[in-house]
Amino acid sequence: MVTVELGFIVAAQVAVAVLLTPVLVGVMRQVRARMEGRVGAGVAQPWRDVRKLLRKEPMRAAGSGPLLSATPLVLVVSSLLVCALVPLVGTPTMRLVPDDLFVVVSVLLVGTVALALLGLESGTAFGGMGSSRHMTIAGLVEPTVLVAVYALSIPVGTSALSAIVAARIDDPASVVSPVSLLAIVALVLVVLAETGRLPVDNPATHLELTMVHEAMVLESAGRDLGWLELGSWLRLTALLGLVVNLLLPWGVATEATAFAVLVGTAAVTAKVLLAGALVAAAEVFLAKVRLFRVPELLAGSFVLAFLAVTASYLVA
Amino acid sequence: MSPVTAGLVAQPVLAVVAVLAAVLPRPRVRSVAAGTAAAALGLSGVVTGLMALLGDRGRLQIPVSLPVQLPLDPLVLAPDRLGGVFMVVAGGVGALAAIYGIGYAHGPAASRTGWTAFVVFLLGMQMVPAAADSVSFLLAWEVMAVGSSVLLLADHTARPQVRSAAVWYAGMTHLSFVLLLAGFAVLASSAGGTSFADPAGTSSAATSTAFVLLVLGFGTKAGLVPMHVWLPRAHPEAPSHVSAAMSAAMVKMGVYGVLLVVVRLLPAGPRWWAVLLLVLGAASALFGILQASVTSDLKRLLAYSTTENVGLMVTAVAVAMLLRDAGQDQVADIAWVAALLLVVSHAAFKTSLFMGAGSVLHGTGERDLDRMGGLGRAMPTTSAVFAVAAVGAAALPVSSGFVAEWTLLQSLIHGDGQVDRLVAVALPVTVAVVALTAGLALLTFVKAYGIAFLARPRSDGAANAHEASVSMRAAMAAGAAGVIALGLAPGPVASALGAAVGAEGIGTVGLLGLDLPAADALLDPVALLLLAAAVAVPVGVVQARLARRRPRRDVDLAWGCGGVRLSPRMQYTATSYAEPLVRVFDDALQPSRDVTVGHAEESRYLVQRVEFHQQLVDVVEERAYTPVVATLERLGTIARRIQNGSIHRYLAFSFGALVVVLLAVTW
Repeated sequence: MVTVELGFIVAAQVAVAVLLTPVLVGVMRQVRARMEGRVGAGVAQPWRDVRKLLRKEPMRAAGSGPLLSATPLVLVVSSLLVCALVPLVGTPTMRLVPDDLFVVVSVLLVGTVALALLGLESGTAFGGMGSSRHMTIAGLVEPTVLVAVYALSIPVGTSALSAIVAARIDDPASVVSPVSLLAIVALVLVVLAETGRLPVDNPATHLELTMVHEAMVLESAGRDLGWLELGSWLRLTALLGLVVNLLLPWGVATEATAFAVLVGTAAVTAKVLLAGALVAAAEVFLAKVRLFRVPELLAGSFVLAFLAVTASYLVA
Repeated sequence: MSPVTAGLVAQPVLAVVAVLAAVLPRPRVRSVAAGTAAAALGLSGVVTGLMALLGDRGRLQIPVSLPVQLPLDPLVLAPDRLGGVFMVVAGGVGALAAIYGIGYAHGPAASRTGWTAFVVFLLGMQMVPAAADSVSFLLAWEVMAVGSSVLLLADHTARPQVRSAAVWYAGMTHLSFVLLLAGFAVLASSAGGTSFADPAGTSSAATSTAFVLLVLGFGTKAGLVPMHVWLPRAHPEAPSHVSAAMSAAMVKMGVYGVLLVVVRLLPAGPRWWAVLLLVLGAASALFGILQASVTSDLKRLLAYSTTENVGLMVTAVAVAMLLRDAGQDQVADIAWVAALLLVVSHAAFKTSLFMGAGSVLHGTGERDLDRMGGLGRAMPTTSAVFAVAAVGAAALPVSSGFVAEWTLLQSLIHGDGQVDRLVAVALPVTVAVVALTAGLALLTFVKAYGIAFLARPRSDGAANAHEASVSMRAAMAAGAAGVIALGLAPGPVASALGAAVGAEGIGTVGLLGLDLPAADALLDPVALLLLAAAVAVPVGVVQARLARRRPRRDVDLAWGCGGVRLSPRMQYTATSYAEPLVRVFDDALQPSRDVTVGHAEESRYLVQRVEFHQQLVDVVEERAYTPVVATLERLGTIARRIQNGSIHRYLAFSFGALVVVLLAVTW
């Protein structure tokens, strides 16, 4: 019985993530368009794009191999798995698959690696370039992620995300503690780097030489590209959802009842859309930094995460 | 006779059989006969090790009688549980390498000497963890060193670099032996006997001296920075089945030595011992992976990655010591288990990686990643094995490496820093080091796999690649299966390993999952896979329906900014892949670059040709070893003046020596 209910929460999380994701991207693009004085394509445009792409035939250029069609699926499945694990709607988790942060990070990395291999598989200069940059950033982000996780896990004594969020619901004051704030600022920078947002990567660029994410998917078309877009957007939803639930834990379902799940769904939708709009608004005022300045940014966020850990030992 | 004793007797017997199989048959069947017999020797090691690991006690005593006036203790072979783990590792890796060698060994490596040396090497490795006193330990250690040195020299007539690599290896391995001899001597004098069962004395000066000597000696064999210099020379030059055995098993004997010292011989050391090990381990992990990530030689890359992995193992051991010292025994137990999981996991994936690299070398004649590409189509088995092993090396789910690193991280974040300042500083730094190592390992292995096996061939050798022979493929597949099996069933594996270091509270949960109640954490890879399968089903259904409606279409051109750019030389190479990283870690790597731009005759604004040279030298080697070697050479040159070939001068030397002796005696 319990398993059925938990399955219900997991299914709800995956469904919410899949339905919410195109809207989130649409809202972010629309906010940006309006602030830049454009009309914008409307909130539903990303959804129409994905539907169109999935129905189109994929193409394969001479010289590229079989991973061209396999990696998009790996990316989507890994992103969906992250959505299933991260406490977006509710904190109850399955006993055998706890939402351990290290596991979540590794599942995310599976998607990262799939993208990098896709870039190399195409056998072009741009694909390799994007893949190389992407992996350099991913490798340098790793210390910040794990140290920030460490900082968040210290007060709770476990690296399970649901336990961390649940502890924040019980004790809202802990959200504004210096440890928590430092760790969350570090995490936000990480999320921006991992999901290819400004100032690390410009998702709207059309110039191949400045691309990171887009350079890897240049050779993909049709439903391959559709899956890739959906998979990368799902990562954004999951990570953004995680950060807002850490910062504003209210509304997250703590039990597996229909009403709690309904409230949780509404809460996470509102919070993620608001966070997305804020990110988009901030991006209007940001320029992409040079690739070789990105490590400085990441080093900065690492220092914040490290301060969070030492603060939790020495101050608290 | 207990099973372990029978196993200890069986191994030398099987070794003799294997040597006969290497010497007697005709050349055509020699590799098959010797390889099979050596594999049997390895399997006997696995079985004996497993018995010892499960708690069976066996003992083999060999009395020593030499015509000297010294009281010589008998040689005792009696593996404990910890020794059992390493005997399984040595035997398993050795058996796979032997089977692989049947198809791979050719030329000098397949000669009588080559196979005999392999058998001797394997026997030495399997005896090291069985030794129960320092004399038999050092004997087995030297047997192992001699066997591996001969194997390393196999191709010395074909490539002159092999000789230099062998000299470096012989030099470092004897440095290691001298340090160990000194360390065990200090220990024996303080304990009053050579047996490992004798309790060490309480004199802190003597035990600390012994500890430092032993750690440096074992660290040299294990390839810890700054004693790692032989690894990136010896591993690339040895035949690949030998590199696999050296990197995945022999180097582990250094780790076994460190564990032997801190668990069994000197369990209660002062705190700075842990700090020393932590510094050595963290430096090795970071330096190793940084060098690996920027190297383009596939086997050299794997060698540096071994330094990284050994660094992580020693880091785990140091963390366990630190936490044990701080009184957090339950969390320390997790770190001990993490160290052993790292050992077993590295054995599985590094054997497969070296065998995969050997197949690539065999099929293309190339070791340089910059000249590979597109090998996945010509070598599907090698490609699949290398991919699985690379997943293990990059610690991605679901592989042995992932389980090991997850366990290490759990032990790190559950150490309580509030009670102890040193722990409060050491643990976050270690988490950061482990994380950066993991991140760079990810890049390294994406590069190694992606550049070699994906995209288009970058040289003729890569374009005309062929798949490996049956025995090679079988051995590689077995290695890859080990990587996945250890990743899917961490619970039973970790429980057995926990018993080897006396760790409690390591349990099995759910579907062979790993349960760490002390850290309130569990990892069940099978359940995680089932969940992934559950979310994959809808995606698969949609994909299948879409694929039926609209099949894939092949087109000619890839995107080239509107131009036609079809040459495979336009692709990124391993060097260009690592270029951003070289820039980021400019200060640590100190690359020397040389760019020459050639202009067209008509105008200097038209670039005709650009030449780019980049050289990355090992900074540690350049700073620490080059001056020493240069000084030694200078001294050698000076010493040569003493000998000028004149008989008169030598007679004068003899006379002088006689006078000095007489003076010294009559003084």
